[in-house]
Amino acid sequence: MARTISTRRTAVVTLCAWIVALVIFFPILYTIITSFKSEAEAIQGFNLIPSGTVESYVEVQTQKDYFKPFMNSVILSLGSTVLALLVSVPAAWAMAFSPTKRTKDILMWMLSTKMMPAVAVLVPIYLIFRDTGLLDSRIGLTVMLMLINLPIVVWMLYTYFREIPGEILEAARMDGASLWGEIIYVLTPMAVPGIASTMLLNIILAWNEAFWTIRLTTTNAAPLTAFIASFSSPQGLFWAKLSAASTLAIAPILVMGWFSQKQLVRGLTFGAVK
Amino acid sequence: MRKYALLFGALSSLMSTTAMAETVLTIATVNNGDMIRMQGLTDDFTAKNPDIQLNWVTLEENVLRERVTTDIATKGGQYDILTIGTYETPIWAKNGWLLPLDKLGADYDADDLLPAIREAVSVDGKLYASPFYAESSLVMYRKDLFEKAGLKMPEGGPDWKFIGEAARKIDDKANGISGICLRGKAGWGENMALVTGIANAYGAKWFDENWKPQFDTDKWKEAAAFYVNLLRDAGPQGASSNGFNENLALFQQGKCGMWMDASVAASFVSNPKESTVADQVGYALSPNVGGGESRGNWLWAWTLAIPSSSTKADAAQKFISWATDKAYLNLVASKEGWANVPPGTRKSLYDNAQYQKEAPFAAITLDAINAANKGKPQAQYPAWGYIIIPEYQSIGTSVGQLFSAAVAGQLSVDDALAQAQSVTTREMTRAGYIK
Repeated sequence: MARTISTRRTAVVTLCAWIVALVIFFPILYTIITSFKSEAEAIQGFNLIPSGTVESYVEVQTQKDYFKPFMNSVILSLGSTVLALLVSVPAAWAMAFSPTKRTKDILMWMLSTKMMPAVAVLVPIYLIFRDTGLLDSRIGLTVMLMLINLPIVVWMLYTYFREIPGEILEAARMDGASLWGEIIYVLTPMAVPGIASTMLLNIILAWNEAFWTIRLTTTNAAPLTAFIASFSSPQGLFWAKLSAASTLAIAPILVMGWFSQKQLVRGLTFGAVK
Repeated sequence: MRKYALLFGALSSLMSTTAMAETVLTIATVNNGDMIRMQGLTDDFTAKNPDIQLNWVTLEENVLRERVTTDIATKGGQYDILTIGTYETPIWAKNGWLLPLDKLGADYDADDLLPAIREAVSVDGKLYASPFYAESSLVMYRKDLFEKAGLKMPEGGPDWKFIGEAARKIDDKANGISGICLRGKAGWGENMALVTGIANAYGAKWFDENWKPQFDTDKWKEAAAFYVNLLRDAGPQGASSNGFNENLALFQQGKCGMWMDASVAASFVSNPKESTVADQVGYALSPNVGGGESRGNWLWAWTLAIPSSSTKADAAQKFISWATDKAYLNLVASKEGWANVPPGTRKSLYDNAQYQKEAPFAAITLDAINAANKGKPQAQYPAWGYIIIPEYQSIGTSVGQLFSAAVAGQLSVDDALAQAQSVTTREMTRAGYIK
């Protein structure tokens, strides 16, 4: 009897999980479906069965160059992730293993910077970029994306580092490891799952960032978010083309997420159950 | 060490901004058919000007406006040519944000521009933007449905009373046909372009001579009640969410008996590749009220302008001249036919017999644009469906939300007008217009 209840319960939980997953994934699925419709079909209302035309993909490829914004997206997301890790690994180490009475306050302050609407600092940031010649540059945008995601990266790494017993680091010190040796050769290898999932999450966040990447670029550094935005039309039908552009833009990150889902889940749930 | 130097060098070259041709013009634009067509034809320009390279930045209309405003206000210098509308042109020119277009060359022929359009892009007699295409408003209607209902569109243009009666008569919801499709989506450039036009036809105006809002007048009440009731009685389901594109799709699918909107829509609905009713579309001037002179026509043009922060003004003027002169219209016609030529800017286009033959909406578009300045009730400010003051974007959108709510049945007409009066008075006082 107990076995039956358990099986039934598992089935219900699985079904719920599938429903939740479908609800979350549905906007992406419908975007993909719409990309295979004609413009007239796309605006006709809810319909899950497209005619299967690829005319929107052809038109998107004809109108715009996909490769340059794609490369920009790759450079910006990878660059900002590497930079963020270089800054946040030592920061998270310091807060996890040498906490002071202000550590919690610093962490909260870092998180509070994410609470401000981005548009509030648009003009100051724009002026800084203008005066330093960083408008429409990959370097400027890489630094910007790194700064945006830094609080989340520090927080995640801090959480992982706290799970690592301090005694192991003490033992390394006893064996004569230097500060950097301790971080690079002892701490980092032990925190690889956490660092990997933080990296993946940061890449996804940077890839999808659409406020600053559209506002601080024109042509040279514009990534795929700007590529998508260019297909919205004030006068004329555009939903199918916009969906095709969106599908092309999200495809690489979707594939990357699919292949690395184990690492992502492992990293995101690390330390969740004690 | 050499390995790191090489790696650093490779990364730097990958990440740095590349310098290419002698003069690179960055052009900010919106995505519409005419602009995309122009991008496809620029080989003609670069062949004639091999020292100039063109970089296009295409953005959604509102993002473009915000992006360009930020850049121009901070003198960011990211753009050499901007695509802006007739709303921004005079405001930005007066702010000193735009350079006058005084080197467009002998072939440009500014006198060939339609007078209403030239006026809309000029300040103190100087041209600050060059119109790429222009539009006014007109009525598109289904001739077959009119015939079936025994209706005839009045010669010389209808009045709103006729439109209201005709819409209710041809409304056939059982067969999926709404009597009329009108903009209901909130926004200063969406429903308020239409509502302001209807109000003008009724003799209502936004402000008196002292900038006091006029939503508490009987004329506004009459105009607003007419608009809201018409959409509730004979409009499509969810009319409060419909803008240009939504109504375009409905009309093309044969789901609207009439549609009053931008004249540029005429080329879409008459195109048999896109429209299922292409051979049944008739055109008429915007309606007036009781034979009044004002037909509430709005006037809008997408124009090309040069921000004062650009350091490449001469090259930019060369491009603008190429993109908006008479030769460009001939170039488009030779490649894609006269029906695809950007409409509404030049007299010579409307004198062209071939254009009149291939574009059945040519004459009515010209009449609509020429009617845009007639019989307007307001005196102290220019208005063609929008008020040319910087605060209008915000006020227009707030009031638009109230009208949209009234169409959706969430507010009564009286409440919408009372709140519009209150919101507008507050904002105009805050901005210093009302002392």
